[in-house]
Amino acid sequence: MSEKVLQKANWSSFVQALADARELWFPVKDGPIYKFAPYSGDVDAGLEEYAYSSVPPKAVVLPQTETMFLYQVGDKEISLPEEKKEKVVLGARPCDARAMDIVDRVFQWDEDDPYYLENRNKTAVIGLACNEPFVNCFCTSLDGSPGSTQGLDVLMVDLGDKYYLRSVTDKGSRILGDAESALEDASGEGSQAEEIIKEAEGKIKRSIDTEGIREKLEEGWEAPLWDEVSRACLGCGACTFLCPTCHCFDIQDEVEGFDGRRCRMWDSCMFGEYTLHTSGHNPRPSRKERTRNRISHKYRYYVEKFDKIACVGCGRCITSCPVNIDILDILSRVKEEL
Amino acid sequence: MSNKENPYIPHMAKVEDTWYETHGERAIKTFRVVFEDEEVKESWEHLPGQCAMIGVLGVGESMISISSSPTEGKFLRFSVMRMGKVTQALHQLEPGDSMTVRGPYGNNFPLEEWKGKKILTIGGGIGQAPLRPIVEYVRANINDYQDLTVIYGARTTNDLCFKQELEDLRECQEVSSCHLSIDIEEEGWSHFVGFVPTLLMEVNPSPENTIAITCGPPIMIKFVLENLKKLGFEDEQIYTTLENRMKCGIGKCGRCNAGPLYVCKDGPVFNYATLKQVPEAFA
Repeated sequence: MSEKVLQKANWSSFVQALADARELWFPVKDGPIYKFAPYSGDVDAGLEEYAYSSVPPKAVVLPQTETMFLYQVGDKEISLPEEKKEKVVLGARPCDARAMDIVDRVFQWDEDDPYYLENRNKTAVIGLACNEPFVNCFCTSLDGSPGSTQGLDVLMVDLGDKYYLRSVTDKGSRILGDAESALEDASGEGSQAEEIIKEAEGKIKRSIDTEGIREKLEEGWEAPLWDEVSRACLGCGACTFLCPTCHCFDIQDEVEGFDGRRCRMWDSCMFGEYTLHTSGHNPRPSRKERTRNRISHKYRYYVEKFDKIACVGCGRCITSCPVNIDILDILSRVKEEL
Repeated sequence: MSNKENPYIPHMAKVEDTWYETHGERAIKTFRVVFEDEEVKESWEHLPGQCAMIGVLGVGESMISISSSPTEGKFLRFSVMRMGKVTQALHQLEPGDSMTVRGPYGNNFPLEEWKGKKILTIGGGIGQAPLRPIVEYVRANINDYQDLTVIYGARTTNDLCFKQELEDLRECQEVSSCHLSIDIEEEGWSHFVGFVPTLLMEVNPSPENTIAITCGPPIMIKFVLENLKKLGFEDEQIYTTLENRMKCGIGKCGRCNAGPLYVCKDGPVFNYATLKQVPEAFA
């Protein structure tokens, strides 16, 4: 573990040093939102205005569309895409790193997923603690914290005129080594960072007591509440696409001329086609069943397999829902009514 | 490229023989395939009940049950109904062509556990495809089992799969019995006319030391289950095999779950006692 300090005056050289060593992913403003994108060389890009990214950094390890293999139509030879690059994500929020830890288990469940794991093993995450939690944050209800280090390689805390950086893993220490020239040794900033994190925890407004939700979800399968909470749903899928723990994908073949590739892309359990059989039969025919599946997957099915809730309390599904469906309202009703 | 390192990379398998089980718009075509790579051919192991992702490069893949038993030899059989994009493309394949195969996926019918018992299969339409390997496996090891009874029906004679094999099975009455049905009267049909659940009551099998396995359209399964209960079968004596839309086959892509159960990994074979707890399994 190493503790460093980055003076904000040295920001540009820090970012450049990271980008020189690895492919750097950074929160980039795209219209009204932030999303993670490969760093473009704009060294002035800071994190001053950035609160959180509407699109989570899961795309770094699970690209929205990813080539699995290539072939020539009519041929039997299959070739693999290029090896993935060493990457570093700068400015992920701690909840997003915790989400990666949750998704890791799925992609290692009995059988390894080579694409995801190669990406994950080659990606280092520098997390930025949340001094000012967002309005819908509830990470503290799910064993998280604005300064959680789970899934992170380096934790970074904004101290005003400088950042405090602490490596959590060996990979993190190596990353800090890459940018050594821009950093100074820490001297007591660690405790200042702890205080800021503690203060930030107190600023989180929303919460849920998760005790008993798993059991209630099982018992209340047919409860009328599912009709009611899904009635407004448009089926747009924003809650799942923007969820850092949602990892479901579709697999499709794409052909241009004779060049073919099999690729996978994000998919959503909120879409009817997701489960539609070719016969026309659909085991989850309406938004009621799909909403129940989304909540049950995170708060029951995943828990039964991996002994952990597959939600980190980032609040994106609440903030981004066009009809204001609120997972915390659903969960409180599950607790009270089922 | 080995499929052990990357489970998404399919093997190439040569189509040795094909024939139509049924005709029409939703024809069912059977393919007998062998792996082109000798090493894969030798190392491949599957058990009755398991599935494979089969497909055509440039089109895609579908999860199809392996309808042959390993006791039949070093080949795989798939019976595929022409339904969508991938099955359409598969139906174009003729002997000498290749398809992609990866797997085997899912669990299997516990045929070892069932040794010494009477085996009763109840199938409808294309639902006989996953039951066929049980029939073949038990026939090949008939001394290990007390009895084999096959109940199978389809809408019309044109919708019956594996007709010749099932007729042959009727011939060897000493080891087994086979009861066929069609839904509507047809000229020249000497067997039962009516629905499969009704035929089941007609056959009236004893639940004593018996395992019943059923597969077919959801509506048929529903009434078969009801009738098995009427006949005195305990939940633990009843098995079925499920299907859902699948993409990865290895519990990653998310879509095949019925409640907490992943059909690709926890299934496709389920005991009724387990399934009863999962309302979504019958959705």
